[in-house]
Amino acid sequence: MGPRTYSRRLWPALILATVAAALLSVAVGSTAIGPARVLAALAGHGDPVVRAIVVELRVPRALLGLMVGAMLGLSGAALQGYLRNPLAEPSVLGASNGAALGAVAALYFGLADAHPVVLPLLAIGGALASLLLLFALAGRSESALTLILAGIAVATLAGAGISLALNLSPNPFAAMEITSWLLGSLEDRSFAHVALALPPVLVGAALLAWDGRALDALTLGEDGAAALGVRLDRTRLRLLLGVGIGVGGAVAVSGAIGFVGLIVPHLVRPLTDRSPSALLWPSAVAGAALLSLADAAVRVIPTSSELKLGVVTAFLGVPVFLVHLLRERRLW
Amino acid sequence: MVTLEARGLTVALGGREVVRGVSARLEGGTLVGVLGPNGAGKSTLVRSLVGLIPPAAGRVLLDGADMGTMGRAAAARAIAYLPQGQVLHWPVSVERLVALGRLPHLAPLSRAGAADRAAVGRAMERAEVAHLGHRVATELSGGERARVLLARALAVEAPVLIADEPLASLDPEHQLHGMELMREEADAGRLVLAVLHDLGLAARFCDRVLVLDGGLLVADGAPADVLTPELMARVYRVRTEGGVPVERVR
Repeated sequence: MGPRTYSRRLWPALILATVAAALLSVAVGSTAIGPARVLAALAGHGDPVVRAIVVELRVPRALLGLMVGAMLGLSGAALQGYLRNPLAEPSVLGASNGAALGAVAALYFGLADAHPVVLPLLAIGGALASLLLLFALAGRSESALTLILAGIAVATLAGAGISLALNLSPNPFAAMEITSWLLGSLEDRSFAHVALALPPVLVGAALLAWDGRALDALTLGEDGAAALGVRLDRTRLRLLLGVGIGVGGAVAVSGAIGFVGLIVPHLVRPLTDRSPSALLWPSAVAGAALLSLADAAVRVIPTSSELKLGVVTAFLGVPVFLVHLLRERRLW
Repeated sequence: MVTLEARGLTVALGGREVVRGVSARLEGGTLVGVLGPNGAGKSTLVRSLVGLIPPAAGRVLLDGADMGTMGRAAAARAIAYLPQGQVLHWPVSVERLVALGRLPHLAPLSRAGAADRAAVGRAMERAEVAHLGHRVATELSGGERARVLLARALAVEAPVLIADEPLASLDPEHQLHGMELMREEADAGRLVLAVLHDLGLAARFCDRVLVLDGGLLVADGAPADVLTPELMARVYRVRTEGGVPVERVR
């Protein structure tokens, strides 16, 4: 049946794309280093300066790109399945901005200095709070419009909160920091960031991957799923915690990167049997590849200061909305 | 054989009692029609029997055990439910959709096995949708869709099948086919409970009908005994001639 016949072609393509994207991410940067010297540095040979650049700057950055991209792709696929809405994803629903607000509060009010885990914890708290607010605003409505409007309200509120917090803080670089948190960046990250984000991302991914079958059952709506034995309250709780913890941990090191969770399931869905469970892991892998490519792109595109990741993903996200708009209008 | 029993079942929606004090003991091997005018509480009654709404008062017993204390998975294996006006949220293939009926039988982390595939195949054969297996379920005609959804419920192969208006949007031939299928299920020893609007089909195929009006069970028995002109006038507020409604009663 379905999934296995599709996955035979899907998985090799996805893995190949991800490995290529990760290698590209290590190979490019503001300092031009030839592929041979990059490989030598990875193997521990060659110029110590080159080795430091590759191993201490580019490798953690590439790892973060893979991790954050995977988390955003998986969250998008899980949220779309649970909400039965192809436009759902962490940034559209306000969870990413909520997490960024938590991180900003930790950084600019000095709380993050107390202990390294305060930052991701507050980011997770921000993501969870914004998801709870979203579900409270949208109620149990199955309407795509209600949910998206509630998401815009939450995202805008959290975004305004970030701007306010940074304006109130004594930091002279506040204006630049605002764009970093709202558009996301992986510039100048280290292995410390990898260590900070990895545990919450792993926990979040495990929680989200749990419910593939329940998400499939939700194809029949809430009553249909409950009649098939799904405990909807537990599924909702796991989803809430999974997105909150995973996206919170990811955003704590990268800022709010939009649209990855929207674009990736759309690209992957036609290559699967279109059931929500078949989309989860492929979306995680494709998300890792997409964000790595976007992060390579911001370093290759010649600009005076490095582009923010969210700028690239927004350009990629708009066509997805356009496709939906065109489909809606054809119905009218 | 399986029994499903409502004891003094009262169900409230948003604080309003939609079903009031319904008691009925239903047994395997029978096809039971749930009848009544719009808003009588038919859908709410069957949703409560499936265990989707907890009773405000009274109990639902499956083989003598309280549904409230039964796990969702066990209830899902015992009762297959076909909701009214089922919406499909993803454009999955017909085969994939029917296979959802096997979810209650799958152990955690296991894949559908040969027995599950066989059950899916049987259900699709019986509902006459085997030729639609690779079509996209959301792109079917209304009648094809209704049969696919019926196949999805049959694939559970549960001892109880509860269908809420399974014949809506079916043409006369497929309405008859739907009734015949439910009749066969009942003859095979299962309990089939169907919310119906076509009183002629109910009279012809059902062993027993429950008539609801204003949330109360106002009649319960063999169709020939229950569906009298007096009941039609009182409950449906129509005058009938030879079982056919001809005039509204004011």
